Amino acid sequence: MQTSNLINWQPDRSKFPDQLADGSFKVDLSSGKYVKIWHGPNHPGVTGNMSLELTLCGDEVMDAKTHVGYLHRGFEKLFERRKFIQCFPTVIRMCVAEPDYNEYNYAAAIEELSGIKIPEAAKWLRMLALEMSRLQTLLRIVPGQGGTTGLGIGVQWGVYLRDLILDRFEELTGGRIYHMYMLPGGVRGLLPDGFRKRMEENLKEIDDFVQRIDRVQYQNAVFKKRTKGIAVIPPEWVDQYGITGPNARAAGFNRDVRKDYPYLNYDQLDFEVNTDNFSDIYNRSRLRWRDLQQTVDLIRQIMDKIPDKGDFKAKTPNVLHWKIEKGETYIRSESSRGEYGYYVVSDGSEYPRRINLRGPSYIHAVSLLERLLKGANIADIGAIMVSLQSCPPEIER
Amino acid sequence: MIKLKDILSPFTAWNNVFKAPVTIKDPLNREAAPRYRGFHFNDIEKCIGCGACSMICENEAIDMVEVATVETTDGDSGLRPRVDYGRCCWCALCVDVCSTESLTMTNEFKWVSEDPEDFRYIPGIDEKPWDNRTEGWKKPAPNYEFNQLERVNMEMLGPEERSDSFVEIVQGYSKEQAEKEADRCIDCGLCVATCPAHMGIPEYIKTVRNENLEEGLRIMYETNPLPEICGRICTHKCETVCAMGHRGEPLSIRWLKRYIADQNPAEEYQRILHSNDIDTNDKKVAIIGSGASGLSTAYYLRVLGYQVKIFEEFEAAGGMMRYGIPSYRLPYDQIDKDVNYILSLGVEIQYNTKVGKDITLEELHEEYDAVFSGTGMHAGRSTKIPGSDHKHNYMAAGLLNKITKGEEIHVAKEIIVIGGGNVAMDITRSLARLQNQKYGEINILTTSLESEDIMPADREEVVEAREEGATIDPGWGPQEIIIEDDEIKGLRVQRCTRVFDEEGRFNPKFDEKDEKIFKGDMVVEAIGQGADFSYLKGELKDQLAFNQRGRLEVNEYFQSSIPWLFFGGDIIQGPDVIHGIANGHKAARGIDKYLQANT
Repeated sequence: MQTSNLINWQPDRSKFPDQLADGSFKVDLSSGKYVKIWHGPNHPGVTGNMSLELTLCGDEVMDAKTHVGYLHRGFEKLFERRKFIQCFPTVIRMCVAEPDYNEYNYAAAIEELSGIKIPEAAKWLRMLALEMSRLQTLLRIVPGQGGTTGLGIGVQWGVYLRDLILDRFEELTGGRIYHMYMLPGGVRGLLPDGFRKRMEENLKEIDDFVQRIDRVQYQNAVFKKRTKGIAVIPPEWVDQYGITGPNARAAGFNRDVRKDYPYLNYDQLDFEVNTDNFSDIYNRSRLRWRDLQQTVDLIRQIMDKIPDKGDFKAKTPNVLHWKIEKGETYIRSESSRGEYGYYVVSDGSEYPRRINLRGPSYIHAVSLLERLLKGANIADIGAIMVSLQSCPPEIER
Repeated sequence: MIKLKDILSPFTAWNNVFKAPVTIKDPLNREAAPRYRGFHFNDIEKCIGCGACSMICENEAIDMVEVATVETTDGDSGLRPRVDYGRCCWCALCVDVCSTESLTMTNEFKWVSEDPEDFRYIPGIDEKPWDNRTEGWKKPAPNYEFNQLERVNMEMLGPEERSDSFVEIVQGYSKEQAEKEADRCIDCGLCVATCPAHMGIPEYIKTVRNENLEEGLRIMYETNPLPEICGRICTHKCETVCAMGHRGEPLSIRWLKRYIADQNPAEEYQRILHSNDIDTNDKKVAIIGSGASGLSTAYYLRVLGYQVKIFEEFEAAGGMMRYGIPSYRLPYDQIDKDVNYILSLGVEIQYNTKVGKDITLEELHEEYDAVFSGTGMHAGRSTKIPGSDHKHNYMAAGLLNKITKGEEIHVAKEIIVIGGGNVAMDITRSLARLQNQKYGEINILTTSLESEDIMPADREEVVEAREEGATIDPGWGPQEIIIEDDEIKGLRVQRCTRVFDEEGRFNPKFDEKDEKIFKGDMVVEAIGQGADFSYLKGELKDQLAFNQRGRLEVNEYFQSSIPWLFFGGDIIQGPDVIHGIANGHKAARGIDKYLQANT
């Protein structure tokens, strides 16, 4: 049972059913001892539009089922009826919180299939947008972890700082949330004048925030009590489930697509992959906090290397009837949640045959979450879900 | 163990009590970034209604709608994009794909209205507070292109190779080149509206991209039964309105048409066009002249089942296409390919028969249920300046005719051509070749009333003529052919200061002080041709209605005031091949209607 070793919620276990070796409980619903409730889809502790069907014994979760279907979107099917360029504004909607990885993967897949080489400036600008996207996500999720345990102040700081990054996105890409910046062939603009200066001012504020959130959240007795030793992911699960990103790295796995299979110009950046040796809520969140600092550093490195002039989009055929070479490819990148992959198949026509997203949330919010919730306290569900950092549109695509 | 530090540390958050709030005081009046993708604006004057924005929109948020203040003209569909903000996702692909760069997005992002219908509007037409904003999303850089602005170059014989032979200059596209060129089309259809024959241009260009050239041929034959000919010498009005031409080079629509026709072998035509078994009815139609309009009428009547017979004055079919256009532009075997296919459907042709001389119109009327006349304009016009009656002053049309027939013509060492149209260029370049063959050098000068910028000849004709060694000196009005000892010595000209008056009528003015003499011993006049209506005689002629300008009056089906008699081609419209084809198609429908009504 993955419960806290600091606080023993129910010392008397005689009223609870026995837990089996696979972590599940023997539940007899007809006994009247259990109650089924729905956690979500509208619930502040749920990461997006999904819900959990919980079977409770007292305040402990005996069984949990993840339900999706509240978004009604079916993007992957939609793409089959869209021309290649028309998919570009839609792919981003498969993850609202961190849309840029969709843009990159899709564009890179098209470029690989059609053999297009993008200009050097476009590579650096794509990296900037990807790291900015990671930064704005982490600014939400790092203090957001505190929010799930009732620590609201960090969230307010994070929202403010994230807004500053969205301001930078706005001036770089023309949009705040959906940037639509990396289109097949390159990007849609160079750095605006004065961008570096304004970005550096924001990064300084984030440097300060990193220290403040450390004192308020990570050196916080209550936060530690609520998160340490809870929802532990044992290392042996990582490959069994296909767990990725901070959730796996906190369990000691040194895995990062940027290092292992470098794309764009990531091999020209100086950084080490953050890892830890015990993947509980606290360590996962702490790892993201370290990732946040690393991202700030990477953005500074990237900004030093972005060319200020030159081409930023390769020549492409007429987009209105762009036929992509027959073939298939899998493109991956490292999002803040882990490996984010796109499988794209073209049959040589003007329309994609198949675009399939392999996002980390399918594992983290379905199979892994269901497993981790067994035996968890109902008050910890929000904290556990946020610590897995899942995104429902990725599941229900 | 709980550490004391962990209990005290969170209280450092109280530091913020003494800090200024970070909230934006007036968020509603916050200015968005200069690149922001906000509400649309469309420069109505620049927009041509091509609809590329509507085509690329993945949400179908843009409809092309009619606008009262915009007139439909050649090259402007008269439609303008209407944006529905209930569907728009602000991706700005519409801005990036805009063929004229008229559509932009401003950085305005607030709009409050109680009426949901308001949010569907026509940018640039429905006035909005953001119309005068300068900032917002625009196409990011000159070389950031969704469209292909440059043409795929056509291989041509160099000036050296071509200046002494009548071998076809334009070599035609390879498969790869044609597909690349076809890829540039944005399917707007402005060309379709402008083409006199309304050919399905984007559709047949699509067949080049999709490697389905048989379908391409079928599409072309729906509106044009002379694709090999048109694919070489059409005046391509379609290309002048091509949306790509606004910022780049228009599509080579003519060469793509030629590519489709060239790639389909003549012996496969009947199979491809499903024409090997046409039912024949008992109605007979006579056609006078086997030019573009005559052949077109014959083809469309034949596929409707009529028995068609063409009466041709010369010994071969094609009219002006054969006898007026030099073979380096339009080889005779290509004319034969189109003509032979039409004849293979059962269209009869009687050569060396001039209506009015060998057979009368009345006789035709007796034998046939309807008659179509497309006799063209073969009679050369003269400037009638002093000296123009000299034996070495020629009409271009007559010379071109003789060159086609292979007859010997007089080629002088120094030639002056008067005229600025395509016929002038044709005779200039033909005579240049003959001069080169005869004397080993080219010494020909062409002058026209029109200055270089308003010369009616196709630009490439002028450029190529110069490349081949001809001198083009436009902007001069011929005054007199100087004759000494019964030999032409030159042409006296005066600077032409205007060709048309304020009302657009032909009314040239000359500057008497600016005069010069072009040296030469032969003059060719290529200032236009006239029709020969000598076959219209007596009662028939009296029954025909002519308009104020002396042209025959016909209705929309090219039916004259004599119901069984139809006219078309250069004598009615044009003069060019594509008008003839269009007239012929329409006349065939008119004849069909007329004969069906009289059954």
